[in-house]
Amino acid sequence: MTSTVVAVGTRKGLWLARSDNRRDWVVEGPQFLMREVPSIGVVPRPEGVRLIAGFRSEHWGPTMLHSDDLGASWHERPDAAAITFPDDTGAALARVWQVTADPHDPDVVWAGTEPHALWRSADGGASFELVRGLWDHPHRPLWGEGFGGGAIHTILPDPQDADRMLVAMSTGGVYATTDGGATWQPRNKGIEARYVPDPFPEFGQCVHKVARDPATPSRLYLQCHHGVYRSDDDAGSWQSIADGLPTDFGFTVLTHPRRGGSLWLVPVMADSERIPPGGQLQLQHSDDAGDTWQTQGQGLPHPSYTCVLRDAAAIDTHDQAGLYVGTRNGDVFASTDEGASFTRIIEQLPDVLCVRVAVVP
Amino acid sequence: MTSGRVRILLPGVLRDDAGGVSELGVEVVAATTLRGVLDAATRTCPRLDVRMRDETGALRRHVNVFVNGEDVRRGAGLETPVDAGAVVHVLPAVSGG
Repeated sequence: MTSTVVAVGTRKGLWLARSDNRRDWVVEGPQFLMREVPSIGVVPRPEGVRLIAGFRSEHWGPTMLHSDDLGASWHERPDAAAITFPDDTGAALARVWQVTADPHDPDVVWAGTEPHALWRSADGGASFELVRGLWDHPHRPLWGEGFGGGAIHTILPDPQDADRMLVAMSTGGVYATTDGGATWQPRNKGIEARYVPDPFPEFGQCVHKVARDPATPSRLYLQCHHGVYRSDDDAGSWQSIADGLPTDFGFTVLTHPRRGGSLWLVPVMADSERIPPGGQLQLQHSDDAGDTWQTQGQGLPHPSYTCVLRDAAAIDTHDQAGLYVGTRNGDVFASTDEGASFTRIIEQLPDVLCVRVAVVP
Repeated sequence: MTSGRVRILLPGVLRDDAGGVSELGVEVVAATTLRGVLDAATRTCPRLDVRMRDETGALRRHVNVFVNGEDVRRGAGLETPVDAGAVVHVLPAVSGG
């Protein structure tokens, strides 16, 4: 018997939904009422899953907490903040946007923050060290801010090589390291930027999310601020896979936990019209790496004028993968048939900022 | 100035970060500033400091601090002089939605 735990970070607190069968859900919350929860990481450790979350109070600032009992209790360092910008940077942490487990070392955890910075923890997320190679990149002063702020929001370690990693940021685009973070190179060739005079700049794209193919790790899928792309050479170049989609705008992209070529988008009409296409909340699914697309989402509401943010969707690791989608108007929908149909498992929450799922024995 | 005690009154939401109390006292023996008082008050409870000030040392935007009833943002900020007998109020600003 396995248990599925869906963690939902919102603008005003954290909720958890638990189920032994993915049909009947027990919803718990709110925890940390009135604190924003923009990021949650599911970190596998030898003794069990650790949840690590970024929190932010409008008054009392950002912080990180972790839970070793799937969200029943949370712990914060008493002696110092987990993430503190070094004095010489003159910077202050605004928000933790991403927490990512390392596939090579259970003690290593990565965090992406606003302002644009990447952090590495070697103690399971208790404390983080600034990745200087990226902070000192000459492009950093030229990276911009999306509406939500300027941040590193995507961290993709290479599952086959601990020295290789991709990050993505809004705005700035994709950057990669092949030497363990010492040096970083922009990897945006072929990604169009419609908001600057040069449509194909070296960097500066407003990349919204990138996901890695599980079967072919050098294959990546990218949802941009207009534009959906695939790379078959570890972000060396990108080709559009937007043909056949109702729109090329959106925030999130998910890949199947095991099956290659299988990905999902949650389309949004346009940057000037941030509602589902035709008012139908839906997913777009491809089983051939983006060559063709199918509309999914039976059970999702119509008409709907909400939006799904970049980290507000997740996929579980069950044999038939489950998808979880949280909306800005506070609904969370679950699918146990890989997106074909959904049921609402939580409603009337504050804006959903992030959704993550853990499957545990 | 004469030596003496400065009272720091905290909102209830910060009590856990202050070791379970809603008021801290700092003994001052010479002319000092709000920065010096907060440094001394948070020496044994660093998480309280993180709540009030970011890592550059700046007061967080929506944290208001009053020294003897005067909003320090309208004066010298963290350089506001604090004398023995002063009362420092830390309060959340009106913000959010």
